[in-house]
Amino acid sequence: MTTTAQMKVKDQDLLTALRDFAGKLLDKGDIGAILAPWCLPMKNMVMPTLLTDPDQLINIDPLSPAFPMNSAKVVSRLTRKPSGSKIAALLRPCEIRAFRELVKLKQGTVEDLVIIGIDCLGAFSNRDYINWAEKNVEAATEKFYTRVLAAKNTAADDVALAAACQSCEFPVAEGADISIGLFGVDTTSMLLLEARTDQGQTLLDKLAYPEAEAPASRTKAVKELVAERIAARDIMLTETRKATNSLEKLTGYLASCVNCYNCRVACPVCYCRECVFVTDVFDHDAITYMRWAEKKGAVKMPTDTVLYHITRMVHMSTACVGCGQCSNACPNDIPLLELFRSAAQGTQSAFGYEAGRSLDEKPPMSEFREEEFEDVVGLGS
Amino acid sequence: MSKFEPTIVAFFCNWCTYTAADLAGTSRLSYPPNIKIIRMMCSGMVDPKYVIKALLEGADGVIVSGCNPGDCHYINGNYKARRRIKLLKEILSRFGFEPERLRLTWIAASDGVLLAEIMQKMVEQIKALGPSQAKMKMVI
Ligand code: SF4
Ligand code: SF4
Ligand code: FES
Repeated sequence: MTTTAQMKVKDQDLLTALRDFAGKLLDKGDIGAILAPWCLPMKNMVMPTLLTDPDQLINIDPLSPAFPMNSAKVVSRLTRKPSGSKIAALLRPCEIRAFRELVKLKQGTVEDLVIIGIDCLGAFSNRDYINWAEKNVEAATEKFYTRVLAAKNTAADDVALAAACQSCEFPVAEGADISIGLFGVDTTSMLLLEARTDQGQTLLDKLAYPEAEAPASRTKAVKELVAERIAARDIMLTETRKATNSLEKLTGYLASCVNCYNCRVACPVCYCRECVFVTDVFDHDAITYMRWAEKKGAVKMPTDTVLYHITRMVHMSTACVGCGQCSNACPNDIPLLELFRSAAQGTQSAFGYEAGRSLDEKPPMSEFREEEFEDVVGLGS
Repeated sequence: MSKFEPTIVAFFCNWCTYTAADLAGTSRLSYPPNIKIIRMMCSGMVDPKYVIKALLEGADGVIVSGCNPGDCHYINGNYKARRRIKLLKEILSRFGFEPERLRLTWIAASDGVLLAEIMQKMVEQIKALGPSQAKMKMVI
């Protein structure tokens, strides 16, 4: 029985090692398909891809700084109904945490799924990635991970990690069945494999990697990285709070919003199958707009922008995992990650909840107790 | 300067607080006309959107009032309402809405006197705070 094992690496060629690992999974793991970040043949663009052909594994690219979407949504789609065989999904920690939230909302299942998580090196914003990838066609991912592993948060070519990643205190995939460790590991020669669940253990045994202790340097390296991230997060949250602590400031923050709702489409935990903001409830008649305009003298179109954002916070901030896809999706570059993480920090701590921490904790709005929150009842003293 | 008369939107449960308001009326107990009552079938039916919309449209305060714990006609609507109010308060306070502007109370159908007292007190508190920020600035 192995709990930790090691995967040999030659000359810090991590991609080859990971591709071999994926090959073994398909070959020996009773896995029907692998969902992994995969470099598309037509462009240096990496997308979640469902793979069954071992020959195609040569293009999986799980360490790329591309993060075009949070794959929790894809995994939800693949597990909502039985797919007929087991799927192994290679996910970032924030994708795993978002997926757990979806499972709790009955929008995915874990029965036919194995989650493989890799220490997250972070990602660029979509815009930065596309520009950077255009200039770095050859060995782009190798260049990225070599730099990041050598200097932690410093990414490549003066391109900084996305704000979400700079402030992410969950770089290790704790919610995976098997996690692959990079931080504090001598990646020139090995990668660390850790079984974190019974299913992960059984699978790891089948793959028959040699047992290995986690290197002593790992705990320290992870701790330091997390501390750095928390410090960055707290600065970000304080600044954001200050920048939005009145309605006037909040409206300024959101002034370039055009109600395209891309942010909620991109958000992995915006769980409603149909968003109320695109239903008839908000499809008003011309005469209604005229009435409002007459009453107020000026009505910004489309209307209800702030209502939309605050309502979204009410709906999903307890499940926000801070992945930053909202910011990625905004055509007008509104720093949504900062705003939603700020709200999420407040609401999650109000309910003693942490998004993605565990499958057993119920989402705050799906339960209640008879005696609680007396502080919000009454008119105060 | 004319005296500030706040607008307070009140979401009252049909089975208790709304009935108490009726009772207060027939008993000739007076409470301020600033309270604009919306009758709901249960405090658990007050969608947080309604509260946010009211505040963004310039209501100076919002009060949700339902049956006492254990008395909800739909068993637990008021417990759900309490969590939603907790959540709303957490979010709204970040954007400068004072806690006094959103209230939750339990008022039984027979408590006409309590209803009049609470409404009186809420209006006083909001008057002391002054008009809501949503009234003073354009909201998009
Ligand atoms: S609100 Fe933004 S950061 Fe939070 S889970 Fe949704 S997309 Fe990710
Ligand atoms: S993506 Fe940006 S512009 Fe579109 S609704 Fe969200 S905040 Fe507004
Ligand atoms: S019926 Fe009155 S609060 Fe539910």
